Amino acid sequence: MTASVELADVDVVLGGKSVLIEVSLSLSGGESLAVVGPNGSGKTTLLRLLATLLKPTRGQGSILGQNIGSPEIRQVRSDIGLITHTPALIEELTISENLLHFARLSGNPFEDCLRALEVVGMEKAADRRVGDSSFGMRRRTEIAWLLVSKPKLLLLDEAKSGLDVEARELVDALVGLTLNKSGIVVGVSHQTSQLGDRFMHKRRLASGRLEGFA
Amino acid sequence: MSLSTQIREVARADLVVERRTGDTFRIVLPFAVVTLIIFSLAMGGEVAVLRNVGPAVFWAISILFGMQLALRTAALESPTRRDLMALLGLDPAARFLGRTAASALIIVAFMAILFLTMVLFFAPELPMGWVGPQAAALFLTAIGLAALSTLAGEVAAGTRSRTSLASLIVAPLVIPVILGGSQILEAMERNSGILIWILLLITTDLALLVAGVGLSRPLEEASR
Repeated sequence: MTASVELADVDVVLGGKSVLIEVSLSLSGGESLAVVGPNGSGKTTLLRLLATLLKPTRGQGSILGQNIGSPEIRQVRSDIGLITHTPALIEELTISENLLHFARLSGNPFEDCLRALEVVGMEKAADRRVGDSSFGMRRRTEIAWLLVSKPKLLLLDEAKSGLDVEARELVDALVGLTLNKSGIVVGVSHQTSQLGDRFMHKRRLASGRLEGFA
Repeated sequence: MSLSTQIREVARADLVVERRTGDTFRIVLPFAVVTLIIFSLAMGGEVAVLRNVGPAVFWAISILFGMQLALRTAALESPTRRDLMALLGLDPAARFLGRTAASALIIVAFMAILFLTMVLFFAPELPMGWVGPQAAALFLTAIGLAALSTLAGEVAAGTRSRTSLASLIVAPLVIPVILGGSQILEAMERNSGILIWILLLITTDLALLVAGVGLSRPLEEASR
């Protein structure tokens, strides 16, 4: 089945405040969307909505074939990859232990994780605790995991922020890989330059409203 | 991935983290032992009084510190980590049961060491054949405390004052667990049956585990 993302007039209200207002978008497999907006415009909320981690207050839509807000939406979560501002690794575990943890929880082979660590240039740091690792190393570990889990929907929240050139190229490679496999990529940033040129569509998010193609 | 594999993995990761940080046995346990010793000194060193109050002091300190130990794991989990776990396909019931299992193991070890310390400093008169029933009391109490604290952590997840809210949830609900655990040795001393207290603990533990599993999914969704 081809990957697809549809949102129609979706509102998200958090803590009594409208964070997303009448957001509509439609993406099919192989398409990518860059969303640029200032701090507080609702970018992270948009990604969390697409990651099925938030329910819309109003409006309809579907993510990878399941209606948002329905109980069945849980079934597609393992096909979604999300890179957030702060890498969500367990500080007290080593890099390879984190990947082993993810692999065991999701049912992916750990051998693939070790190969992915080599791809992102982290094989020598595999036994280093995440708490003792730099931001860039943590981000590379997340990229390694996404190379293993091969998400159909890749969501990037300021994914290149704070990374060196080589690591930024890894993010681009991950985007390319996902699109080549007919996946969908949505990236958000406050700067267009942070997103790179691999995105087909570009839109602006201002005060919770997704504005037309730039 | 099967539920049992996920439960084992969550418990394993929590125990590795505990071993690395050493929070329970390097920080909390010494504090609890010192509290126990301070109590014994504050009682004036009168042997008869110490013998009588020793088990009560043990239970009070165990519940207080044990509850904090179990709540800590849930309180330390960031919303970002919860999101990642959801995207990995982790079943909320597996997270609840795995976390409860890990906390129960930590608490039972903590309580066993604290109990032996209490025996050393308070020298209570223990009834014949106390080891088995007391081990069962500690084990079942630890499961109850762990399940209750994990459940409270899930209820309070996503709220700003989650640590204090979780403690408020636990405090009244922990009464059957304390009652069951503390009355087993008492009942043996009175030569009355301990079965009723064991059954109280088992029933409470089962009720908490069933509630935790049943509520885990709606609580996870509500925490966002």
